[in-house]
This record gives sequence, structure tokens and C-alpha cells, in this order.
Amino acid sequence: MAQTSPVIVVIEDDPAIRLFLRTGLSAHDFKVYEADRGRQGLVEAGVRKPDLIILDLGLPDMDGVDVIKNIRAWSAMPIIILSARSTEQHKIDALDAGADDYLTKPFGLGELLARIRVALRHSVSSPAQDQDGVFTTGALHVDLMKRQIRVGDRDIHLTPIQYRLFSVLVKNAGKVLTHQYLLKEVWGPSYRDNSHYLRIYMSQLRQKLETDPTQPQYLLTESGIGYRLKV
Amino acid sequence: MHNERPDPDELLARVERDQSLASRGRLKIFFGAAAGVGKTYAMLLAAREKRAENIDIVVGLVETHGRKDTASLLEGLDILPTRQIEYRGTVLHEFDLDAALKRKPSIILVDELAHTNAQGCRHPKRWQDIEELLDAGIDVYTALNVQHLESLNDDISQISGIRVWETVPDTVFEQANELELVDLPPDELLARLKDGKVYLPQQAQEAVKHFFRKGNLIALREMALRQTANRVDAQMLDYRDNHFIREVWQVSERIMVCIGPNGLSERLVRAGKRFANSLRAEWLVVYVETPELQRLSAEQRDGVLRILRLAEQLGAETVTLSAPDMSAAIIKLANERNVTKIVMGKPTRRGWKRLLLGSVVDMLISDAHNINLYLLGSPRPDKNANKAEPSLYRKKPLPGLSGKPGSRNKTIKGYVWAVAVTIASTILSYLMFGRFELANLIMVFLLGVVFIATRFGRGPSILASFLGVAIFDLFFVTPYFSFSVSDSQYLVTLLAMLTVAMLISNLMANVRSQAKVAGHRERRATVLYAMSKDLTASQSEHDIVRTAVHHLYSEFGSRNVILFPDANGRISYPQGPDMPESLHAADLSVAQWVMDHNEIAGQGTNTLPGAEAIYFPLSNKETTLGVLVLLPVNLRRVFLPEQQKLLETFLGQIAQAITRVRLTEQARKVQVEMEAERLRNSLLSSISHDLRTPLATIVGSSSTLVEEAQNLKEADKLELSRAIYDEAQRMSNLVNNILDMARLDAGAVELNRQWYPLDEIVGVVLTRLQKRLAGRPVSVKLPDGMTMVYVDAVMIEQVLVNLLENALRYTPEGSALTISAEASTAAVDITVADQGPGIPAGFERKLFEKFYRVQPEATQSGVGLGLAICKAIVVAHGGSIQAQNRKTGGAAFSFTIPLTHAPPMMDE
Repeated sequence: MAQTSPVIVVIEDDPAIRLFLRTGLSAHDFKVYEADRGRQGLVEAGVRKPDLIILDLGLPDMDGVDVIKNIRAWSAMPIIILSARSTEQHKIDALDAGADDYLTKPFGLGELLARIRVALRHSVSSPAQDQDGVFTTGALHVDLMKRQIRVGDRDIHLTPIQYRLFSVLVKNAGKVLTHQYLLKEVWGPSYRDNSHYLRIYMSQLRQKLETDPTQPQYLLTESGIGYRLKV
Repeated sequence: MHNERPDPDELLARVERDQSLASRGRLKIFFGAAAGVGKTYAMLLAAREKRAENIDIVVGLVETHGRKDTASLLEGLDILPTRQIEYRGTVLHEFDLDAALKRKPSIILVDELAHTNAQGCRHPKRWQDIEELLDAGIDVYTALNVQHLESLNDDISQISGIRVWETVPDTVFEQANELELVDLPPDELLARLKDGKVYLPQQAQEAVKHFFRKGNLIALREMALRQTANRVDAQMLDYRDNHFIREVWQVSERIMVCIGPNGLSERLVRAGKRFANSLRAEWLVVYVETPELQRLSAEQRDGVLRILRLAEQLGAETVTLSAPDMSAAIIKLANERNVTKIVMGKPTRRGWKRLLLGSVVDMLISDAHNINLYLLGSPRPDKNANKAEPSLYRKKPLPGLSGKPGSRNKTIKGYVWAVAVTIASTILSYLMFGRFELANLIMVFLLGVVFIATRFGRGPSILASFLGVAIFDLFFVTPYFSFSVSDSQYLVTLLAMLTVAMLISNLMANVRSQAKVAGHRERRATVLYAMSKDLTASQSEHDIVRTAVHHLYSEFGSRNVILFPDANGRISYPQGPDMPESLHAADLSVAQWVMDHNEIAGQGTNTLPGAEAIYFPLSNKETTLGVLVLLPVNLRRVFLPEQQKLLETFLGQIAQAITRVRLTEQARKVQVEMEAERLRNSLLSSISHDLRTPLATIVGSSSTLVEEAQNLKEADKLELSRAIYDEAQRMSNLVNNILDMARLDAGAVELNRQWYPLDEIVGVVLTRLQKRLAGRPVSVKLPDGMTMVYVDAVMIEQVLVNLLENALRYTPEGSALTISAEASTAAVDITVADQGPGIPAGFERKLFEKFYRVQPEATQSGVGLGLAICKAIVVAHGGSIQAQNRKTGGAAFSFTIPLTHAPPMMDE
């Protein structure tokens, strides 16, 4: 496992961006395969059995969301989507369809690499994290088995719902979670339209966990999309 | 001698006249004293000369009357086919105006200027056809006999004993560019007549022979020569005017002709015309309608109306005044208009009546200073002449202008009442008889007379007076039951009673009619006020048309429609829903004619009188805006002087309203265009500067990397790459801003409003700007507890980001920033404050305009869109944004987001 470099399939119709991704990712020891159409991308994904897929949402032959659904029908491999700005709903649709993360064009290589790392770690290590149930980032220390949350040497007490919300975030640490996903996970499917509940609880969580809630360190808001626990 | 500088206004008028003359065709009239002098012959000779010069000359219509020498001249000339019109079984050959306009020669010959067209032609008169030819720029040769001149009509009928029905307005004659007198001594003419060389219509042989007496012919010849001399004189004066020869100092004269409802009026008007011509003066014709005159019969009033229209045709301005005192009204108008001469008829009252009741002439003589009076005598009463038809304008009523039958029923009812009231008075007096003095009985009768006078006017009250006096005499004065009077005292009583009764009835009748006039006037004023109020309130052309159509209908009882030309100037029916008052049967070709000529046409007018409706041009000073088509139920309701005035005022108001709306619309468009132009310019200059600067870096750096790859040190490569990265980042922001603005401008943005905790929004913003805010102390002061706002979070975050970026850009490194919020039940105020130099005075509002930067040439990045985007977003949320300087230094930008409803409750 340590020797083989991770395989990434890039599905993107713009050759300039493919060039940038190919050179940038190859320099970081990824093996890159390219496709400029959705159908060809699906074939590549089936043949190459990649560790991760980078998918542009605006493809000429088919909708990116359909590509995600198609892949999710047979594989849980991480998918990072690339999209233009000002299409929040499109991003949410893609995330709800099963994409793991998103990047808005234009983006830098650094941001992309960070997202790839989070996605790869999840696909490899989430079961392990579930087992020992311990998560640490910065001064925040969480032990899900013991239901213990500490910031520095401060014990944090949460209400049951606050805890349920926080534990969903911890289990998906680093990953962006849409409002819909969180509502469904915490309150159940009938609460899909009450996103203000979610915001109020997130605000309460910040009050308890963050030193300055207006400059959050852990509980980040993905504007218009959802939330992410920073790793 | 140029001792006086030309008046600039006059110069301008001359230039305009020259220009209009240049485009207008030239009119040449072959003028003669009588038929048979050889006008047609002379005209054809002239035509042949022109033909020889290769000028495009066409014969529109020439009457040769079978004369061979004349007919032979026609050979070799282009002859336009005549239009054949069937009229009562015979086929009439008429001049084909449309064919002539279509053919459009340089010169056209049309004989007999005074000819009356057959029914079915566009104009009733040939001179109107010729006017149209001239307007179309075609030169016209035509022929005219002196007897057909309108202003001479009277004189000639007096000399020759024959009234000529076909007349030509003097204005047409005066407008002729050239006049060629075709003269033949009377003896030669008579010789030609003897030889049968003069065409005479068969049926009128006798009358015409009477006409061709030597004395007549001499008089006619003299008139023709004098007219020609006058024309030459006028031309010379024109020439002098044009060349500023001012030896002869001319007083500008203005002549006023006063007419009344009598047979003299027509002569007064013609005399006034000649007088005005000889003095080269302006003239106006005035009719003063006193309350007594308002009682005239409809026919008499129509007569006055026709005279006024005759005056207009002769070139006069006409004024109708409504006043109780004729002489006062005349003097007032004369002073207002600087009238120097008044022409009127000799006083009709004679002897003691004139002494007792006075006459307008006497009043004018004593009151009108600086005004010369000219009195026109009436002709000796002619035993044979029928008084009922003294003139053409009486005899031939305008089509449709017939008087209404009158309220005969009401009058009869009045007389019945008069009898009834007198009987009642008699019964009452009988009951009082013996118990009261006779004087009191008289009072009872007088009371009855007053009652009748107030209710039914003059006639019945006079009847009541006579009846009263008769009955009083019969029953209450000895000897009873006889009209004889025993005591002469009673004679005085009866006479006084009759006089008093008559005076009272007269007074009451005057009061009544004045009240009626006042009532009419007030109603007109009210109607006018109502319409102008509605028109003022109308904001669009559509509104105006609706208002106008409605008011015209309610005032004139006529269905009507207002037509406008389309982009190509063609009149078309309006789009959109019609109104119940709308007229559907407008003839578009007539409307088009009116539109093109800016003249009235249709029923009761001189153009296309056969049309059912009347077509009025709607015009302002510059242009004809459209055409009002009115289908009159009764022509009198439209053409009575008061009504016509009212209608003219209506038309003026409508045209004015339309002009106003169009100008406003135009001004608005211009402003929008200017604004767009300004925006485009600033956008172009901003974008070209702000996009080119980073692009220059990117292109330069990357080309260095590509071309000098081997020669560059690693550190330099890194630095170049970083420069490319930074500049690309900057461009990205810029493009985002431009796209945001474009989306907001296009109205394509739909707010996705939800409830958000304010701290989450601020958190997102601070996280996004984390890197750029490094080294800046940022303090956040939010209200205690959770503040919820109902917004589109992505948008409001953009507002805060833009405000913070703006603060970063314009304040010194390291200076502190503050984000604060205050919440009330109605709204949340959010403020971003800095400690920079603040906003220059007067720029607080301009900052939020697109592409506005306080210092346009500064090198700071950004196109000046950030604050404009903020404003657009806040306004879309129903809020407001403002900038001001803080008292402690620095600027504060704050915006308000209203809370339209209560935040949602939480249930846990």
C-alpha cells in the first residue's frame, strides 16, 4: 500500500485545466488518467479502479450529477467536484447525490491537495476512527465512546441534540456536509425543510466550542452549502 | 438708402417664405375681363413655348369649346386623360387630380380656375385642386375672369345684374407668382361675339347676352386692369421690402369689421377685404353676440356663421364675442388688438328710436379714440329682390347645417300658461273686488306677468300683459263688460299697467337669457376644466386618447377616434381595446390627407364634404401629431361659433397633452441613454485599466518563464510564478464583481431568504477574509444572545466582504476595523467602521454609484463596483445602505435589513 501511488481519474473537458491537474498531481506522486467526456470518464472509472475521481460538473455530454449517481451505484470511491461559482444549488445536488467534496473554480493546487488528502483519509480510515472513536484537532479533543468533549482543559457539556449534531460532524471530519444531510442525520427525514434549526444549533455549538464564535476555528460554514468540521 | 437695419424677425420670416416658395410650385394666372378675350389661347401659346424649351409640360384640362384655332394649339402637347364622373345620367369630364400628382410634370395647364367640381371629386372647387398641385411642387398655368374674384363678386353683380356663383378666394389670386392680363377692347370682343367666336352656354343665351353689353364690358375691363395694377403695386412693395427700401414709412394698419345678423354683413366683409388689401393691413371680423342676439332663430345664427366662414376664406381672422354691451366689447377688443380702423354698417335705427335707444355707431363715435370709423351704407331697397335670400351664403346652406325645428311645444305651453295665469289672476281679483283698492288688483295681474316672464320668457309674458290689461278693463273698470273707459283716469292706469307689464316681462326675459348664456358658458368652462384636469393626470398617450375620446363624446355627443401615424407616417387604426365611444368607420385615406396637409376635412368643410365624419388635424406648433375623426350627430353642435371655439380648445389641449407626454418620454429616453452611455464609458475605462494591469503582469511573467526557462534562477522563476498567481487572483475577484453586478442588474437574482444567526454570517465573512485581515485588529460587537436575520446569506456575506475589502483598500495598514450590529424588533443595523481618512464631503451618496471611485486615477485595484453591489443587494432585501464619517475619525458604512416577520420559534 505504501509503495503504490494513488490513482486519480480526472473528468474535465477543458484541456488547460486537465494539463494543470496532470502536472500538479503527478508532481505529488499521483497517477493521473484523463477523460474529457462523462461517458469516457465512467469507462475510465470502471477500468482504472481509481482511488479518487475529480469531476467537472459542467460536461458537454452529460450532467455531472448523473455521473456521480452512476458511480455511486457500484462504488463508494471519493469524488471531488469542480464547479463554477454562483451555482450553489448545483453543488448541493452533487453533494447530496454522493460527491464527497467540492472546489470552486478558480482554485489553487494547494486547496485541491488538501481536499484530496481529506477524501483519501476518509475512504481509508473512517471505519478505524469509528472503532476507537477518538478525534483531535487543535485544542479540540473528542472521545465519542466516552461521550467526552474537551477544548483545551475545559469540559464541554452538550444537550442531546447538540451532541448528535456534533457527532455527525466528527464522524465526517474534514468533509463538507450539506444542510439536507445533517438535518436527515440528526432530526430525521421529516425535518428537511427546517434548516434554521440546524443553523441555530450550529450557532449554539460554536458558542460552546469556539473561543470567538465569529471567528470559528473548528465549525466552519460552507456558505449556502452546509458545514464542515475542520481537521 | 439703408437708414434702418432690417428687423431680424422679418428677415427670418422672409427666409422661411423663400424656402417654402422654393419647394412650392409657381402659379401663373391668365387673367381676363370676360369670356372670349382669349385666355385659353394665350395659355396654350405659352405652353407651346415652354414645350419648345423642352420643359415637361402637360395639359391637365383645357376647354377649347370646339374652337379650331385653339384646338390646333393642343397638337403636340401631352394631354392628361380626364376623369369621367357620371352624374344624373350624363358623363362629366373632370380634372384628374390624382393622375396629375402621379404624373408630376414640371408645369401643368388647368383651365377655369373658378370651376366647381362635380360631386365625388376630392375638393368641391378646382382652385383647391390647384392648391394641392402647387403644394406638390408642380407649376400651374390657369385662367380666370375678373368676375369670379370673391371680393369683387358683389360689385360685379351690381354692375351686370348677374350673380356669379363660382368664385375664387382672393388669397389664391394674390398668391399667383405671375399674372398675365389677356386684354381685348370691348368693341373687338363684341365683334368676336357677333362672329360666334365666343362660346356661350346654350341655356343661358339671353342672360349672357345681357351680360355682354358694352357698358358692362368696359366696367369689367376696368376692374381687370385695376386688379392687375394692384398686383403689380403689391409686387413692387414686396420688392421694396425685400431690398430694405424704406423711404415710404408704413404704419401697420389693422382693420376690424363688425358684422351683425343682417343682410349687410356679407358686403361689409367684402368691403373690409378690399380695404385691407389696399392698405396692406391685417384685418379681423368681429361678431358680438349680445343676449338679445342669442334669441335669434337658428337660421339667422347660421347666417352669421356662414359670413364668418366667408371672412376666414377671404383671409380674415374671425372673433366671436359674447357680451351684453356691444360697443364696449368692440372697443375693448379694438384696443387689445391695436385696431386703427373699424368698418361697420350705418345705424339701422333712425329718428327718435336712435335718439332714445342709442346706436352702437354713436357709442363708438363718442368712446373710440384714435380709431377711424368707416360706415357702409346699405343698398337701396330693391323691390324685386327677395329679402329672404340676399346672398349666396344665405341661399345655399352648408350641407347638414340645417336649423333645428325649435322647441315649439314649449312655446305653446308658455302661451297656455299665460292664459291660465291670467284667468287665475282674474278669479283672484274678482274675489278681492270691492274689498281692496283697484291698485291692489293691478298688482295681482302684474304678479301673474312676472311669474310668466320668469318661467316662459318674452312672448307669453307680453300676451299675459295684454290679456291682463284687457280683462282688467273689461271686468273691473266702469263701465263693466266693455272695453270703453268712463273715467279718463283709468286710461292712465291701464297705460301704466301695460307699460310696467311690458318692462317687467322684457327685463325678466333678459335676465333669463343672460342666465342661460351664463349657464352655457359655465358649463363649457366646467367641461373644459374637467378635460384639462383629466389630461393633466394622464401619464401616457394611451390615457390621453382615452380621456379625449371620452370627453369629446360627452360634450359633442359624437362617436370619435384619434388616429396616429405609424413609423412611416401612414395613418393607421390604433391597437388595443376600443371604448364604447370609439368610432370605427373612419376613412383612413381622408385621415391621411388631413395628416399630410394639416387641414380640416370631411362633412361641412371644403375638402371631401361628402365624407360622413369630420377630420380634424391634431397639431402643435411644429408638426401634425394625428387626426381626430368625429362623427357628428348634428353639425350645429360642432360648427356653432361657441362650440367650434370649444372644440378648437379641446383639440389644442389634447395636442398639448400629447406633446407633453411625448417630450417627457423623449427626455426620459435621452436620460436613460445618457446614463447607459456614461456607464458604458466608465465600464470600458475601468475594465480596460483594471483587467489590463494584471494581464500585463501575467503575460509578461509567463512569457519570461517560457522563453528564458534555461537562463532563470530558481528563485526568479518562483517569484515570477507568484506574481502570475497574485495577479490572476486579483483578476478573478474583479471578474466575479462584474458578473455579480451584471446578474443583479439583469434582475436575474432571486433571493434565497432564510433565517440565519447573524454570528454565522459574520463568521463566514471573517473566515473568507482571514488572510487579508491578518495584521488588522478586527473587533466584532454583536447584540447579546442570538440575533436571527431573514436574508440570502450568500448575498449578505458578499455585502460584508465588499465593505471590509473596501475598508482594507482605503485605510492604512494595521488600523483597526469594527463590525457591529444593533437589533430592534423591526430591523437589524449592521455597521462596518474603520479609522481611515474618511469620506470626502459630498461623496456619501456617489460612492454607491456604479464604477465610481473617489480618485479615478489611483492605482488601487477594483473597478468601483463593490459598493454598488452592496447597495443592489441591500435594496433587494428591502433595506438601505449609507456611508458617513465617524465623529472619532474614519468612515462608517451601515446597512439596515428589515425584519418583515418574527424569527421562528425553537422547540426542543
